[in-house]
Amino acid sequence: MEKELKVAALRNGTVIDHIPADKLYKVVFMLHLDTCDNQITIGNNLESAKIGKKGIIKISGKVFAEDETNKIALIAPNAKINIIKDFQVIEKRPLSLPDEIHEIVQCNNPNCITNHQNIPTFFQVIKDENDTMLKCHYCERLIKLEEVKIK
Amino acid sequence: MSNRSLVSISDYNKEEILEILDAAADFEANPNRSTLKGKVIATLFFEPSTRTRLSFETAVLRLGGSVIGFSDAATSSSVKGETLNDTIRMVSCYADAIVMRHPFEGAARYAAEISPVPIINAGDGANQHPSQTLLDLYSILKTQGTLENLKICVAGDLKYGRTVHSLIMAMSYFHPTFRFIAPEELKLNEEYRIFCLMNNIPFEETTELNDNINDADILYMTRVQRERFQDLMEYERVKNVYTLKNSMLENTKPNLRILHPLPRVSEIAPDVDKNEKAYYFQQAQNGLYIRQAIISKVLSV
Repeated sequence: MEKELKVAALRNGTVIDHIPADKLYKVVFMLHLDTCDNQITIGNNLESAKIGKKGIIKISGKVFAEDETNKIALIAPNAKINIIKDFQVIEKRPLSLPDEIHEIVQCNNPNCITNHQNIPTFFQVIKDENDTMLKCHYCERLIKLEEVKIK
Repeated sequence: MSNRSLVSISDYNKEEILEILDAAADFEANPNRSTLKGKVIATLFFEPSTRTRLSFETAVLRLGGSVIGFSDAATSSSVKGETLNDTIRMVSCYADAIVMRHPFEGAARYAAEISPVPIINAGDGANQHPSQTLLDLYSILKTQGTLENLKICVAGDLKYGRTVHSLIMAMSYFHPTFRFIAPEELKLNEEYRIFCLMNNIPFEETTELNDNINDADILYMTRVQRERFQDLMEYERVKNVYTLKNSMLENTKPNLRILHPLPRVSEIAPDVDKNEKAYYFQQAQNGLYIRQAIISKVLSV
């Protein structure tokens, strides 16, 4: 049985699938796709058996570095990243948070110096068996993943 | 960039903490020296803290150094909108080290990253105040003869009290047993409870001061601040429960000493002051020797 594609197939590039619909544009801005010159196809509010409504992004002619795609784990940890070559998936890339996160996250602490002066934010990712948290390098505040604010 | 800055108590390992405490004992025996002769230390107080500033400045002057700086952001160029970055870069042209108090958390870490001279954090918002922690440790060591295996009761505001958080971190090297005594609203944050669990530090939690101090070696009191309460009735109740009175010390251990980072409001009744177990004023004096030790360490003199 042939599956109907809602978004056109990609010859070469990166597909980010299974993004929760309300997180799609956050991913777009986080990867700076709003200023990217490549051909980009964005679909949103597509039906998904798994997550209800999903978003999908196809970026033609671009393979993201792993530390770039790993940022997606911050806002859509269950998204699927596929690297495509000649219409074939050549890499299914698992998402895992990087050890350090620079700039993209805003500190939750209103009294943190990074919220008052023009200082790039910097968080260490603290992973233990039951919880993953970010620790602000400056004010030392711990932030739970579900409370992370993307700039 | 300098890696000799002291921003957080966690910047020092156990050996470095003990090294500072050793040096402080030397300074206590002989506080007037000229090891900082020709050196200029800046004290930048973006928010006022007279006690801490005078302690640092006295430490410098008694070692023969000179002090420049300001005691209030209102008299500094930051009121004109100068960034912290620019202030630090400018002052580091003049001074050999910078002692800084700032109302925003993380300001000291940032300053240490951009400054070519060492930064000593004299308090960044509610985050860290390492010289206070080191003087607390020095006071514990001096009064107990050891830092190892002590029973430490910590009472008052355990939620916002930064001195409490740093004390827990610094004592974690020395096998303490903690009892945390706080009203429900000001209970120790989960973060530090997890820290104790992960470091195998035994602790219990209770809400009453009363008899819970009888087995303690150290009673560390902190201020219960009115602005932390939404319900003023509750504040009044808690304030009374957490007032240490001389009569409550009757059944405590002879070696018990009472510490308090000061200023106190009503949490220690004045009649405790004359009890030999009251140690908070000597504790403040110990700050001078600790700060002499810290300044000497960051400048390697």
